[in-house]
Amino acid sequence: MGEYTLTRSEKRFIGWHLFVAIAALSIGSFYGPMQAFNYAGWNFYPTLRKWHIAQNYYQGLTLHGVLNAVVWTTFFITGFLTFNVIYGLRRPLKYPKLNALGFWMMVVGVLLASYAILANQASVLYTFYPPMKASWIFYLGLVLLVVGSWIEGYGFYFTLYEWKKQNPGVRTPFIAFASVATMVLWQLATLGVAIEALFMLLPWSLGWLEGIDVQVARTFFWWFGHPLVYFWLLPAYISWYGYLPRQAGGKLFSDTMARLAFWLFILLSVPVGFHHQFVDPGVAPAWKYIHALLTLSVVIPSMMTLFTVVASLEYAGIKRGGKGLLGWLAKLPWDDPVVAAQLLAGLLFIFGGIGGVVNASYNTNLILHNTAWVPGHFHLTVSTAVTLTFMGISYWLVPYLTGRELCCRKVALAQVYLWATGMAIFSQAMHSLGLLGAPRRTPLGEAPYVPPEWSGLLLRVGIGGIFLLTSVYMYVWIMAHTAFFGRKAEKPVEVQVAEPMRDVQLTPAWLDSWKPWIAGAVGLILIAYTPVLIDLLSHMVPVDAPKMKLW
Amino acid sequence: MTAHSTLIDRHERRWILISAALLASFAVLIGIAGFALGVQVPTLDRRVDPKKLNEDPMWSKPGVRELVPGRKYEVYLIAQTWQFVPREIVVPAGAKVTFYVTSRDIQHGFKVLDTDLNVQVIPGYVGKLSYTFKEPGEYKFICTEYCGLGHAAMSGVIKVVPPEEYTGSQ
Ligand code: HEM
Ligand SMILES: [Cu+2]
Ligand SMILES: [Cu+2]
Repeated sequence: MGEYTLTRSEKRFIGWHLFVAIAALSIGSFYGPMQAFNYAGWNFYPTLRKWHIAQNYYQGLTLHGVLNAVVWTTFFITGFLTFNVIYGLRRPLKYPKLNALGFWMMVVGVLLASYAILANQASVLYTFYPPMKASWIFYLGLVLLVVGSWIEGYGFYFTLYEWKKQNPGVRTPFIAFASVATMVLWQLATLGVAIEALFMLLPWSLGWLEGIDVQVARTFFWWFGHPLVYFWLLPAYISWYGYLPRQAGGKLFSDTMARLAFWLFILLSVPVGFHHQFVDPGVAPAWKYIHALLTLSVVIPSMMTLFTVVASLEYAGIKRGGKGLLGWLAKLPWDDPVVAAQLLAGLLFIFGGIGGVVNASYNTNLILHNTAWVPGHFHLTVSTAVTLTFMGISYWLVPYLTGRELCCRKVALAQVYLWATGMAIFSQAMHSLGLLGAPRRTPLGEAPYVPPEWSGLLLRVGIGGIFLLTSVYMYVWIMAHTAFFGRKAEKPVEVQVAEPMRDVQLTPAWLDSWKPWIAGAVGLILIAYTPVLIDLLSHMVPVDAPKMKLW
Repeated sequence: MTAHSTLIDRHERRWILISAALLASFAVLIGIAGFALGVQVPTLDRRVDPKKLNEDPMWSKPGVRELVPGRKYEVYLIAQTWQFVPREIVVPAGAKVTFYVTSRDIQHGFKVLDTDLNVQVIPGYVGKLSYTFKEPGEYKFICTEYCGLGHAAMSGVIKVVPPEEYTGSQ
């Protein structure tokens, strides 16, 4: 197959996604180190207040959560998936205008939500738990962001449908298949938060409802909240399965197992939300236990992913001359920022996965729920496995889209290692603090109850923050420098999509058919949620926000 | 070779079986810990209107109630912006203490350090959870859910005293 290239306008469209993503990261990830420094006792918030950068810790934390975990992720993902659909199917989008409409809706949504936060009308954190009430502008912004992403997803569906009509019996290329599958997961997931926002939060914030039931709202939120993390993670998996083997010099070990893993993630990532509600009073223990079991079942596709990715890398390392049981590991291109970012992301993700099992294990959750352990955990997952992988992707994708060379490869390499080191230090200390009982979402540098024994760990959080502050702005600088001032590349970047070891046509057809899997996912959601929701909805206790402003 | 074995690599099949065994053992162990050994998650006691807590005989005077001297106690605890009511709780060591926790306004968290007591405090809902403090000492409890500007200062203490010294709470 010959090279396929995207048109200029397609490149620009995807580039806009990355631009918004990186702009959001450059603001959102400023506050993370500020939080870490507060823990360590270096409190910059008085200065930030004077400079009107943040009124207080919580406004900063809201910006941090929303801009990083919602905006950076969603825009990078929709951009990357758009690339995968077009490049994977080797055809343009069926309705490019539809996708553009979705994108601009998302942008308007982000602007509205950001305005509400910056105007100090929405310091409700990125989970916006009621009955804290933000300005309706904040909720409207989130609704537009979600609906815009749905529309981009519909654009993918139409495109895939068209491609399938023209290519009967041909297996959908993996990167395109997996991208559309990720969108399907997202649409199942966001149904929960859409119900919460459209039927509860938005009308309530506009004064049309006097109160809402908080337990019901939490339940719809977490219907969304857990698959949200798979929406972040699956695009990183697309890169680990679909690109990394080739970038490391090898092939994808098993296309079949890669697809099966994706389907299992789609089946198992929604009907599990109660693992965020183990300590909620309103859900019966038996249902919490059922959700714990379903959650733990993701062990299977996760271990499959570990196997396939490691096997693909082992093959690459052996081809590069690695000998013995682990010799292949040393032969991998650890000096290539694109590869190193993903290898380090995967390595730290192993600890994220182990921690995740502890979180999900029903009663062990009692020890860590709402403690610093939890941000310790997800800075290994979304902020490292996902974010560092996205950084690695942008080191080839941005040169591809702009036709410019990656500036300063060495700086990029250092950036990647700094991030992994910083996160390792930061996250280890956060986990330990959590086990001692330190609460999350709290400026621990100011909390009167913090005992002196915690100070060593709090200091380590701050030290991790120094590494990360440096790393994140190195990244932003490299991106800006490449995109706007980079040297024009002499030859275009080669897109390194991994070939599977066996002919893709040998992948069974049932792994390339959508209806049974989606029906199964919907069925599981109905089983896992209907009885509890009927119970909750038939005993609602509507509650309004206090009159006083809380932040 | 069967069609099956060409689909899944031999080693991978073994790896998946090991993973499944691991999964089964997790499921069984946490099930035993929870349902046989009693390391349990909080449950729902009842629903209440948070606006009417003062009219409720139990909630108008939150605090400790002695059910069986030295053996069984219950604690009614209200979380509100930005304090716990009461802030100080005294119970004897070795007694089973059942906590009933609710919120007067927004969400809070109730976590007692060095124990597995942890509940999301949700207005409208009363969470129920129990614990036996074996060792005398001071156990801090902390609000673990963001509840506004005063959140970081919201805490209290449970004083667990030797049974012979116990003369009631407050
Ligand atoms: C630049 C390096 C970063 C540092 C030093 C950092 C630090 C922190 C700290 C200390 C907290 C805990 C605050 C608290 O609970 O009181 C936190 C929370 C959080 N971080 Fe980061 N972070 C960084 C990057 C990121 C990235 C890249 C993401 C996502 C892609 C992210 C997502 C989050 C989220 C979702 C929260 C939870 C917010 C909440 O509880 O409402 N962080 N971060
Ligand atoms: Cu989850
Ligand atoms: Cu509180």
